[in-house]
Formats: sequence, C-alpha cells, structure tokens
Amino acid sequence: MTETVTTRYDHLATRFAEKARAVSAIVEPVADLDAAFAYCVDLCGRQGACRITVSGCDESLSPPADSLCDHKHDKIVAAPGLAPDQFAALAARCTDQGMACLRSGMRAHLAGVDIGFTLAEMGIAETGTLVINCPDEDLRLATMLSEYHVCVLRRSTIVEDAFAAEGQLLKYMRKTPDYTAFITGASRTADIERVLALGVHGPLELHILLLED
Amino acid sequence: MQDAKNLKEYRKEMQESLDNTFLRQTLDTFAVAYRAGRAKAFAEIDVGGLVAEIAAAKDGVLPRLMELYDQFRRNAEAAGVKVHFARDADEANAIIAGIAQETGSKKIVKSKSMTAEETLLNHTLEDHGLEVTETDLGEWIIQLRHEGPSHMVMPAIHLSRYQIGDLFSDVTGAHQEPDIEKLVKVARRELRSKFAEADMGVTGANFAIAETGTIGLVTNEGNARLVTTLPRVHVALLGIDKLVPSLTDALRILKVLPRNATGQHITSYVTWITGANECAAASDRKKEIHFVILDNGRLEMARDPLFSQVFRCVRCGACANVCPVYRLVGGHKMGHIYIGAIGLILTYFFHGPDKAKNLVQNCINCEACKDICAGGIDLPRLIKQIHVRIQDQQGHPLPSLLLGQVMKNRKLFHTLLRTAKWAQRPVAGDDGFMRHLPMMFFKDHDFKALPAVADQPFRDRFPGLQQETAQRQGPVPRVKAALFSGCVQDFVYPEQMEAAYRLFADHRVAMSFPMAQSCCGLPLQMMGEAKTSREVAIQNIRAFERENVDYVVTLCASCASHLKHNYPVLLGDDPGMQAKARAFAAKVIDFSSFAHDVLGLKAADFAGDGKAATFHAPCHLCRGLGVHDAPRALLRDAGLDYREADESEVCCGFGGTFSAKFPELSAELLRKKLDHVEATGAGLLLTDCPGCIMQLRGGLKKRGSDIVVQHTAEALAARKKTTL
Repeated sequence: MTETVTTRYDHLATRFAEKARAVSAIVEPVADLDAAFAYCVDLCGRQGACRITVSGCDESLSPPADSLCDHKHDKIVAAPGLAPDQFAALAARCTDQGMACLRSGMRAHLAGVDIGFTLAEMGIAETGTLVINCPDEDLRLATMLSEYHVCVLRRSTIVEDAFAAEGQLLKYMRKTPDYTAFITGASRTADIERVLALGVHGPLELHILLLED
Repeated sequence: MQDAKNLKEYRKEMQESLDNTFLRQTLDTFAVAYRAGRAKAFAEIDVGGLVAEIAAAKDGVLPRLMELYDQFRRNAEAAGVKVHFARDADEANAIIAGIAQETGSKKIVKSKSMTAEETLLNHTLEDHGLEVTETDLGEWIIQLRHEGPSHMVMPAIHLSRYQIGDLFSDVTGAHQEPDIEKLVKVARRELRSKFAEADMGVTGANFAIAETGTIGLVTNEGNARLVTTLPRVHVALLGIDKLVPSLTDALRILKVLPRNATGQHITSYVTWITGANECAAASDRKKEIHFVILDNGRLEMARDPLFSQVFRCVRCGACANVCPVYRLVGGHKMGHIYIGAIGLILTYFFHGPDKAKNLVQNCINCEACKDICAGGIDLPRLIKQIHVRIQDQQGHPLPSLLLGQVMKNRKLFHTLLRTAKWAQRPVAGDDGFMRHLPMMFFKDHDFKALPAVADQPFRDRFPGLQQETAQRQGPVPRVKAALFSGCVQDFVYPEQMEAAYRLFADHRVAMSFPMAQSCCGLPLQMMGEAKTSREVAIQNIRAFERENVDYVVTLCASCASHLKHNYPVLLGDDPGMQAKARAFAAKVIDFSSFAHDVLGLKAADFAGDGKAATFHAPCHLCRGLGVHDAPRALLRDAGLDYREADESEVCCGFGGTFSAKFPELSAELLRKKLDHVEATGAGLLLTDCPGCIMQLRGGLKKRGSDIVVQHTAEALAARKKTTL
C-alpha cells in the first residue's frame, strides 16, 4: 500500500469513527476477525451486557407483552451472515462461555437475542454509517431483534460519502430482490418531550469493530 | 384536525393552545434548540446550493412524471411487487383493505406514514374489522389517544411524560412512572408482541426510485424495518410526488432531509427495499409486496404553473419548526393533518377549501419558512395565493372588498387618512372597514397603545425640506434617489422620513418624492385582494417612471421587499408592465443598505454618545431582502453601544393585517420580543420598519417601559456630525 493510500484510509477511518461516536456508537479497532469474536463474547459475558431478561421485561407490562418475555432462556449470540468457518470459530467461543450461538431460525427468537454479530459491506465516513446488504431474512432480523449489535467493518471499505457508495448500492438494488440497510448509531427516539432515548425498537447499543486490512 | 366553521371559532380554538403552558414551553425550547442543531448539522455544507439542486431536480421530474411512474412500476413489478394507482384517498384505502382481505390478514402493524394519515387509512381498516397498531412511538401514543399528529416528524410533541405515563398505565393495566427511559422500554416490549403477531405491515416511503423500482424509508426507531420484515404482507402507501428518477436524486434529498428535520446528519436507519424479499412467514418464503401510489390532488398540483413547486416538499417539517405562529399554537391548530406552512397549502389540495379557509389566514408572512425550506418553496406566497383562490370561489368578506375599493383610489385613501387625524377613534364596529385601513384602529388591540395620525404628513413637509436644504447640498449631487414613504411613514411617522431626508441631504443625495405614490399594496396582498393589489402596483410604477433616479429608497422593509420581489411577479404576465416592473424593482433599496452600502457612512460621519442600543430585524429586511449586517454596522459606527438581543430575527408579531385578525397571537409574539429586548439592558430599540415600530412602541408603552423605539434613520440623524 502506498503512503498516500494509507493516509487516505486513515483519514476516512478517523472521520468515520468520529461521526459514528457522535451518534453514540462504540467504535473499537480489531486486528482480525478472531479478535472481533473475542470482543463479542467478552461483551456478552460482561456484567449487565447479556442478561436473561431483555430490556423492558423488568417493567410492568400487559399480559401478552409479558408472556413474550418468557420465551428467552439463554444468553444468545446471533451471527447469520458469517461464512461456515467463521461461524464455527465464533460458536466455539460462545459454547465455551455457555452461550448459544445462532446461524438461522431468528423467528423463533422474536422476544430478542443478546447480541447480533454482523459484517458490514461498507462504511460511509460523512455520517458514520454502516451499509449492510441483507436480503437474507435472518441477517436482517439479527440487526433488528438484538439488544446489542456488534458489526465488523473493514477499514478499506469506508468511503467518503453516500454518493461514493452509489455504484455499489445500485449493484445491490439491481440484483433483486434486495434489502439494503444504512445503520447509523443505535435505534433512537425523541418522541416523548424530545428527550433522546436509545433502543426503542432496535438495538440499544451499536458496537463497530474497525478491522485492519 | 380543522373543524372550526369560521374565523371566530378558529380564534377561540387557538386561545386554548395559548393557555396550554406545557405546550408553549415545549415549543419554545424546541424552536431555539432546533435552530442551533440545524446550523451545526449544516456546518460543512453549502445549504443554498443543495436546496437549489433539489428544487431543480424535482422541477425536472414534473414534465415526465407519468413516464417515471411507468418506469418505476415496470421495475418494481419485474422484482415481484404489485403496483397500484389510487386516484384519491378512498380508492387507496379500499385497495389496501382489499389486500388485507385477499391475504387473510387480521392484524396490521404500521410504521409512520403521513400519507396514511392523509387518507385516514386506519379508520377504513378498522371499519373492516382489522386490528391496526401504529408502531412508531409517537404515532402509537396519538393512536391510543385518538388524536392526529401535531408535527410531521414528532407527532406527539404536544404531550408530556405524565400524560403518556397515565396513558401507558391504562394500556398495560399496570402503573407506569413518568420516566421517559422506562416508558420507551414499555413501548418496546408492548409493540414487540404486536410485530410478532402481525400478518401485514403498512409503511409510507420517502423515495420511490424509478431506475430500480426501489423504495427508501428514513426512520430512527427501527420499527419500519420490523414492519417490512416480520409480517408476510407489506403494503407501502406513497404519494406520486415521492418519485425520483435515480438513486442520486434520493441520496441528495437524504442529505438535506434529516438535517433540516431534526438537525441529525442522518437518521439511525435508511432502508432500501427492491422487490419481494425473503420472508419465512410466507408459504413460498417470498413476501407479498404492494406499492399503492396516491394521486389525491397531486397531479392537479403538478400541472399548476405556480403550485407545482409543492412537489419539491420532502416532508421534513422544518417550516413548522421555525414558524412563530406554530410555536405559539402547536400543530393541531396550525394544520389539518399536514402541519405548518406546507400543511396550510396541502390541506387545500388534499382536504378542500373548507378545511383550509381559516388556516391560510394564519400566516404572519414573516418568511421564516421560505428561508428554511429544503426545496426552496415560496411558501408564504402560495399560502396567500390559496387565500385569494378561496376568496374568489367563496366570496370576499366585506372589509376586504372595501379595503380594495378604498386603496385603489389613492385620493380617497389619503383623504380618509387625513380625516382620521380629526377622528382618532375607531370609526366602525365589528367589521367596519376603517379597522382594516392603515392598521391603526382595531378592537382587541389592548395589548399595545396605538399611534395617532400626524398633524402634517411627509408629503406636505417635503417641499419645505427641499427649499431648506437646496442651497446646502452643493451643485453636484452624488446620488439621485426617489423616496417611497409607504402610508405609515407618510401619515403616521413622517418624522422618520424627515430624519432620513436630513441624513441623506448631508451626503449630497438629490431627492424627489413623487406625489402620486400610494400604499405599496402589501396589505391588499395579505387580505387576499389580488386584483387591487396589481392595480396599486401599476399606479406606483407609473408614479416613479418619470423620475430620473439611481435608487428608489424606502424606510419600510415590508414595502421594500414587496416592491422589489412581488411587483415583477404580480405584473409578470402583463406585457405592457413586466419590463417596467422589473426596472422599478431593480432600483428599490432599503434604508440601511442605502446608507451603509451606497453612501458608505462610517464612524467619522457620526458623533456617538455610547448609549446602549439593540436592534430588531424586521422579517422583510433580514429574510425578505437578505440584509443582516448593514443596520448593525451603522449603529456601531454611529457610536452606540450595540447589544444583540436573543432571537433578534424572529417576528415581532405585527404582520400588518395579521395583528388585526389574530390579536392574541400578535400580543404573544410581541411579549417574547420585548422580553428579549429588555434583557439586553438597552435604552434604545432600533429597527427598519414602521410597522414593527408601531408594534414595539405600543407594547413598551403598555408595559410602562422607558425604552425608546426609533427607526434606525432617526438614531443616525440624531448623531450625525454636520447639521443641516
């Protein structure tokens, strides 16, 4: 890699991280995928991060909402988008720690899973946005139903702005059917008194692991 | 929802909002925070350029709208989507109810859609025995309360955590604390079970991209992703105005939409859906997707030479965020279903003149919405134009007609003003036209003291001033200017004109005052009297056309903005007048720009006294003419201790005839303005518009304040070095 290219990557990664952090994402560098798996399992194992009850289930709920809370019995990591060998490596780490690791069948876990682990296709520096191509339903659900979303982003895939991603986006859209998501920070709302609250329907936290490549 | 039968009922409804302390406080905080947040979000961006690009792209779509629709439909259908076209709200609702029936759907989850609010879709679906749950937090809250949204982006902004806590206690059957964090989590769990059970999901769409058949959804909570993923059927209802040719167009709008709406660089989620995606809940693992494209008045709008610009609206809601009237009364009173300035316009096209007739009068014409619009839509002008259309269709109210009759006859108008000097009292009762004349004599105006008509109007003083200064001006003038006084400065505040005259004369300006000039016509425009407004414009242009001058100077920002920007438009289709109107408009300049930019007045020209002074920026000066620095620089140069007041560019509440129609709102805007002025500790309040002066002076006198209000010209003339 030439020096100018390296500088440009650094600039984009720095800007990406700054913008993502500004919307409450947690951004950490990782050396390789294995380090990302370790981060994920460590996050789930940490006090409070993975709990048997998902958020909201401690509140006073109506009977139907409360009964959905009973469906979750384990600490669960969902990683539907991984290649078989990648999944095996993550699953081994999870099993070690007594956690379940899912590759499919997300609909059986509508109550929620603790961590959704995904790989982003691209990052957009201008807004700290992850681009995830997810026509696969399980992959989509892993990013929606998880309490925490952990996403690995290769530094080399970060582009300046959405317009720079346009060619790639069009490729996705032309390979129908397609479902492509821009994800920036955690799920948020300000619908009550304009007070910001995170995790209204989607993940409460977004962890972005910047992978050196 | 607008159910007021007449203006009186509408005013009563607004009083209820004015009395709602929580609402008032919330909207005040929001208005201030929004401005700061938006400025930060646009810090690295050329907003004007971006807005112009969006406007041009949207305008370019209009001639080939149906062609784009066909392209979008072909691409969407090729990817497995069924596309429907609905002519009106009823047809759209029937199509969607039909889809629910055919697919055996019983339970429906929805993500936020203003278009579904527009068609009142939920009512139809519920009438068909379907269970409909809104899943956007704010929308769910107002659904549970059986209310409409009070803001396009923040539908429940009018409610407090206490009200929502009580509501959720009812819904869950368990006590809920008024803790926002906890209430959000309760909604998360309650709605999660709704997602799990739903057969059909209904969304709107922010974009429909013709080149790929893709729809784009811009959201923060993540509910739209669940709505489009979990149920086996997905229906998207969208207006045909959401069509864009390419992804580039969508990304361009995406760059401005969240920034203008909430000051976010981008929302948490942007979802791009192309075709029938995988869905494990469907028998063939393919989701059944329907796009319902709605006309409902949009195609009529697209064909209209003036109103087609409404297609540029990206539904960001910013026009409400900056509207001083919205800030006072909230969305339920400042719209029917769509809120804010754009809401007043859309209500007319989507819901008819009866719903719009009171609303369109509730525009103070401060141009804050036009200034902030992501599509560069001339919102105040369109609102006025709808007022004109409704009056032309339903008849003009008597005062408005009489005003028109009087104003188009300058001699009659001026005689009445001179007569008023002897009367000095309201002439007529409830709807007497005198109340609407020079905006001096109104009932319900006890919030401000009203000025008296001057003993001698400026037009009578002018010849004397000419004689007095002729010898001292020197043989060769630097600049030739004709003065346009406007009615208020001619007949009520001639001393302001005189001050400017003396200041200009010192700097060798040769001045003329064409006696055939009359009211600029803006009050007629505000009253929806388009025809007389044109006639008055022609009279004024004729009055000035023989003057061989470089500039037409006016001390009234509203007159200046009207002469400069509206005359060429008003007479744009008059072959005999259009060129003259443009030539006249090009010469028009406001007082401060003339003194600062043309005459180049500077500190050496003044002997200042260091008096503490502040400035109120008239709407038509700062936004209408884009003048911000000139008056402030002049005040500093004049040796005053200049202090900038908070919200100095927010309307004072005068708005010409607005203050007569809605005195309660005018009084509130004035109260805020004067609070900010008093907080500066300045003893001198300066501004560049006689209407604002009337409002500010009247309000301060009523408060018993000793702050002196003057026109900038008076403050400068009093501190000029040479004496004439």
